[in-house]
Amino acid sequence: MLTMILKRAAMAIPSLIGVVIVTFLLTRALPGDPAAYFAGPAATPQAIQEVRVKLGLDKPLIEQFGRYVVDLGHGNLGNSLTTGQPVLTELRTRLPASAELTLLGLLVSIVIAVPLGILAATRPNSLIDHACRVVATLGVSLPVFFTGLILVYVFYYLLGWAPAPLGRLDVFFDPPPQVTGFYLIDSLIARQPELFMASLKQLILPALTLGIFSLAPIARMTRASMLAVLSSDFVRTARASGLSSFTVIVTYAFRNAMLPVITTLGMVFSFLLGANVLVEKVFAWPGIGSYAVEALLASDFAPVQGFVLTMAVMYVALNLMIDVLYGLIDPRVRLEA
Amino acid sequence: MKRREFLKSMTALTAASAFSASAPAVWSAAKAQSRQETLLIVSESGPNNLDIHGVGTNVPGYEVSWNCYDRLISHEMKTLPNGTPYYDKYKFKPELAEDMAIGDMSVTFKLRKDATFQDGTPVTADDVKWSFDRAVTVGGFPTFQMSAGSLTKPEQFVVVDDHTFRVDFMKKDRLTVPDLAVIVPCVINSKLVKSKATEQDPWGLEFTKLNTVGSGAYKVTNWTAGSQVVLERNENWKGGPLPKIRRIVWRMVPDAGNRRALLERGDADVSYDLPNKDFSELKTDGKLAIVSTPYSNGIQYIGMNVQNPPFNDVRVRHAIAYAIPYQKIMDAVLYGLAKPMFGAPAGAPIEVAWPQPHKFNTDLDKAKQFLAEASVSNINVPISFDLGFAGVNEPIAVLVQESLAQIGVTTTINKVPGANWRTELTKKTMPLFENVFSGWLDYPEYFFYWCYHSGKSIFNTMDYQSPAMDALIDGARSAAATGDKATYDKDVKDFVDLAFTDMPRIPLYQPYVNVAMQKNISGYEYWFHRRLDYRAFAKG
Repeated sequence: MLTMILKRAAMAIPSLIGVVIVTFLLTRALPGDPAAYFAGPAATPQAIQEVRVKLGLDKPLIEQFGRYVVDLGHGNLGNSLTTGQPVLTELRTRLPASAELTLLGLLVSIVIAVPLGILAATRPNSLIDHACRVVATLGVSLPVFFTGLILVYVFYYLLGWAPAPLGRLDVFFDPPPQVTGFYLIDSLIARQPELFMASLKQLILPALTLGIFSLAPIARMTRASMLAVLSSDFVRTARASGLSSFTVIVTYAFRNAMLPVITTLGMVFSFLLGANVLVEKVFAWPGIGSYAVEALLASDFAPVQGFVLTMAVMYVALNLMIDVLYGLIDPRVRLEA
Repeated sequence: MKRREFLKSMTALTAASAFSASAPAVWSAAKAQSRQETLLIVSESGPNNLDIHGVGTNVPGYEVSWNCYDRLISHEMKTLPNGTPYYDKYKFKPELAEDMAIGDMSVTFKLRKDATFQDGTPVTADDVKWSFDRAVTVGGFPTFQMSAGSLTKPEQFVVVDDHTFRVDFMKKDRLTVPDLAVIVPCVINSKLVKSKATEQDPWGLEFTKLNTVGSGAYKVTNWTAGSQVVLERNENWKGGPLPKIRRIVWRMVPDAGNRRALLERGDADVSYDLPNKDFSELKTDGKLAIVSTPYSNGIQYIGMNVQNPPFNDVRVRHAIAYAIPYQKIMDAVLYGLAKPMFGAPAGAPIEVAWPQPHKFNTDLDKAKQFLAEASVSNINVPISFDLGFAGVNEPIAVLVQESLAQIGVTTTINKVPGANWRTELTKKTMPLFENVFSGWLDYPEYFFYWCYHSGKSIFNTMDYQSPAMDALIDGARSAAATGDKATYDKDVKDFVDLAFTDMPRIPLYQPYVNVAMQKNISGYEYWFHRRLDYRAFAKG
């Protein structure tokens, strides 16, 4: 097991190096001059040049790249020019914000999609099956910001059930002391149940939006996988042996059908993490997606590079975790490798 | 079965409690009271730096500086016909200085003896000199702004004694004293910042980026970039009467629709960058208080590069000026929320004022006539605009494109991202573009100096070079400095007339600053910087 993990990690290193080089070049190739942007509306060409020197942008590309790599080695991802903070500090707060939202969204999605998929598989071509198909299609074809805005309109503006879409916490609460960056966990660690409830309330609507959007792949994958497994021999044997329907479906069939579902979950998670910018914009969520987009619009290199690097590392780690999980769920995968 | 029942009931319980408490965070009397003492402002973007002297500080950063730092002097307020308090550009009021004596080539300020910085250190003339030296030395926007009032060298700033400070003039300039009341010459706690300075950062810019260290009415207690700014009242503020609001929470909410929803549901108190359509709807709804005030000394215009064909021919410029769909822009883009700068009656005299409307109106026949006279046809140019203000710029570009097509001028729309817009403007190569400019100092000669004077002026985006115009602007500036009203009036009328005859840029309208507030909020004041002044607000 350990050797497998180490081997996989080693294989990931060349791709990480490639990511570092490519992001560096891409951000430098972007049109737009951060020096002009930051010198401000009233800048003369001389003032812009001053700012350019101050930002270190007048040095040759190789030198800039060299400095970037050295900084990376020290864990210094540079400073954001738009917010003025070190990129690493910002990523440390913004990544958990997005991760918490995405995980909860995924949870909502699983809770709805998996049972729906299982039901659809056990009753093919019935009403439930068609309902599953419709729900999944609707969820994925409506743009995610549209779903978000509709939910805000109905549940906040019209009904007043949901709290104001003002971000992670209401105006009167201070965030819990940072341990993991996940407000739900940190508030429990700090023994503040009121803070926990407040964070949960703010999370519900955006998590629901993300969940609705990611229903489709999970539901369809569960359904397809279950269908394949349900027609296999061992299920026929289990049924013939007189085991209850529940035991057959959940204990035997679903456990075997889980593998493709886990892969899909992994893909959906990493896709959601970066692509939930729009949800972050709608709910004023201080997440990593909107951070990267704002930096991009300002031709602010450091956060964009930091973001791409973080995403690449997370994706590699996620895939590694899924491979390990595979081995745990299905020993045949582990032994074959 | 029992376990399933238990799980079901637990889920139901969590769901119910999570959706409970629909009223906006009013669970207890304590909360209600603190909501009363807090002002919640929502806007699309927030500050990137709390110090206006910082590198690349954006406009929301100016708002923080205005409220957290004091300046030597400020302005009195006058009242507009619609009841809005408006800053009086001619009347100054003491803030940190309790007395101002304007001499022939200098102005001397006597500082208040009881003013202290937020950490308790008293404010002295040394702090003022250090702050002003910083403003003229750091470069970029703050230095540029100081130079607009002929404040350029640290030698001009003299400490006479602990509470007396003198500014020497390099030359006579009417704008020197008003330039001391803008946001840039703020007074910073020099001892504290000097202790945080390093060799690479002699002015302590890294420290003041994240901390407010002034003597102003508010201080920033919490700043999460891109998310929120929390300000608390400075109980020892001496620059004026103590503000009524104890705590300001400024949240960044990117979605305009949500900002409107927050306002309408009463969960936010103030917002001022909603789309024009929302403002005009909210005005008619009547549930909120909407205040619209014209930008002081500000105009949205269509600019043309006058050095290169086809717009180097004044007849072509007149043709374009006749082809702009002015009224359509006012109606469809601004929903009437702007002051038209076009269509003045034919015989109306030129005033000694700026902005003022020009006499052009939409007349496609006249436009075609002028094009024919200039014997120019088949013009094909891009029309560029700043994507950072796409909400207004894009529909204007589309309407202009459509109208110009009718006189045979083809245009392609060129959207320039906000980060590149300054670079493009500086290059002065765009043939046709739209832009907005407004000056903090509300004087015609100030506007014209930056926008129509030849030479290195960056706001002269049309690359307009006219010795006649330069002479008139220079004449107006020196007449203002010496108090020669007759010459001043004549020069101003002449340079405005010349601007409307040569038409290097076509003024469209004077934009409005639109602010939406709950009905129980009072104390909104219009300032030249167009941002909020928290010190006058009151709730309930």
